[in-house]
Amino acid sequence: MGRLTEAAAAGSSASVACSAGPPPTPLPLSSTSPGSAATMASSEEDGTNGGASEAGEEKEAPGRRRRLSFLATAWLTFYNIAMTAGWLVLAIAMVRFYMEKGTHRGLYKSIQKTLKFFQTFALLEIVHCLIGIVPTSVLVTGVQVSSRIFMVWLITHSIKPIQNEESVVLFLVSWTVTEITRYSFYTFSLLDHLPYFIKWARYNFFIILYPVGVAGELLTIYAALPYVKKTGMFSIRLPNKYNVSFDYYYFLLITMASYIPLFPQLYFHMLRQRRKVLHGEVIVEKDD
Amino acid sequence: MKHYEVEILDAKTREKLCFLDKVEPQATIAEIKNLFTKTHPQWYPARQSLRLDPKGKSLKDEDVLQKLPVGTTATLYFRDLGAQISWVTVFLTEYAGPLFIYLLFYFRVPFIYGHKYDFTSSRHTVVHLACICHSFHYVKRLLETLFVHRFSHGTMPLRNIFKNCTYYWGFAAWMAYYINHPLYTPPTYGAQQVKLALAIFVICQLGNFSIHMALRDLRPAGSKTRKIPYPTKNPFTWLFLLVSCPNYTYEVGSWIGFAIMTQCLPVALFSLVGFTQMTIWAKGKHRSYLKEFRDYPPLRMPIVPFLL
Repeated sequence: MGRLTEAAAAGSSASVACSAGPPPTPLPLSSTSPGSAATMASSEEDGTNGGASEAGEEKEAPGRRRRLSFLATAWLTFYNIAMTAGWLVLAIAMVRFYMEKGTHRGLYKSIQKTLKFFQTFALLEIVHCLIGIVPTSVLVTGVQVSSRIFMVWLITHSIKPIQNEESVVLFLVSWTVTEITRYSFYTFSLLDHLPYFIKWARYNFFIILYPVGVAGELLTIYAALPYVKKTGMFSIRLPNKYNVSFDYYYFLLITMASYIPLFPQLYFHMLRQRRKVLHGEVIVEKDD
Repeated sequence: MKHYEVEILDAKTREKLCFLDKVEPQATIAEIKNLFTKTHPQWYPARQSLRLDPKGKSLKDEDVLQKLPVGTTATLYFRDLGAQISWVTVFLTEYAGPLFIYLLFYFRVPFIYGHKYDFTSSRHTVVHLACICHSFHYVKRLLETLFVHRFSHGTMPLRNIFKNCTYYWGFAAWMAYYINHPLYTPPTYGAQQVKLALAIFVICQLGNFSIHMALRDLRPAGSKTRKIPYPTKNPFTWLFLLVSCPNYTYEVGSWIGFAIMTQCLPVALFSLVGFTQMTIWAKGKHRSYLKEFRDYPPLRMPIVPFLL
């Protein structure tokens, strides 16, 4: 779900304002994300903590600016520059392909190695949260990156017949623009030199890119359904030694259905962040 | 005797919600909560969190006003914990579900498997054994909830019941579906495997029950005191020498036994998820013990002897 990128981005950017300077964004996503209620059966016999509700929210308290070590800052800066560059390379490759060939057929094939490399590399962002150099919740980042990995490896890589669908281009374009904006936003924030237009892009592009990306992803999964059903791929049937079954076809249907509750939540969260960040500072903010 | 004045402000908006004058110095937070409910009946005491600092920890019901670091005019901050539900209600609901749901699958009630299987019975002994074990486990839990456990807290947030029931009921249905399926495959190593697994299950159920009883005996009825648990004459409680939460250790053991008995992957996954959650709880409990008791036995680990 590419749309999750922006939302988590809203959260993780707060991490990046390690030195003095206007905080790029306020609160991380944690308390409103569906994933934050991670502890499923939070009942406990001798519970020494009070209502579970309290414990969950205070974790990423706003206004808690941590000083990142030099090493952490250097690594994050390198990481974000590298990712910005990677997605830029992808963007350029896609444009060049279209200019040369005049069609989207074969586009995925030509950029797939680069796409897989940089999208998979993003798994590191989970580690960043785990070791605490980015204060976003591990779960939110995990869900976001996982949904991208899912699309790339379990859909487009694995189901070859749909690679030339137009919907693939739709989400590729959306992801590319989103990621270039997001990673350059982080880079500039880390360097303490954030041009207003990057912040503007970050908080306005998503308005179009989110729905476009979601549409691309859903249409692609939908196009893949007949092949999945026909081949029975990634599925286990009964009887078997471990008494389990898995039907990838129904799994995909459930995945598609899950977009319905999740997408609006994330979209409206981003809209709220936008109002806070942009409209709260429209008088004050000046490009340096 | 000097009386206190207590003002209660909203922790988020700082709005003045209530002013209480002529409060006894020995008044407890519980009594103050009751007074607050009089002016704001929608916030019954169980859903009130009162604290000295808007971002601080909740004060306990037993805390006495005089002993708090406040002047004669105390300012307390209020946070609404949301609708609350009693622990007992949640436990009974979340445990009754799996008991009932598993039986639906065991008896092959219509519309689950093909119609030719309606109300048929499995020809595998282990399937019947599994039903007995699973049902026993949840009956035990229900009875413990009613007669054994002594809860520190009366209530929890209402939304927990939906979360918890989804978890327990969902997993129960998922594993019951496969174990009672007409195409169920019995364990690879046959009766040997089942016997070993049953032994593990029974031992761990006895162990878990022993720990629950030992914990109950630590705490007199109606009290909320906390003491370090120690091994008793019952050998099952000797696990206290090595872990802080042997009840969780035994619980994981029971489910591992059940997984081996049924050789069913969903059961193994349920055990894994449960183990993860219980480890989190055990670590928290362990940390509380260490903080509260200077002389806490250093050999103990939270949940797995020597390891975790």
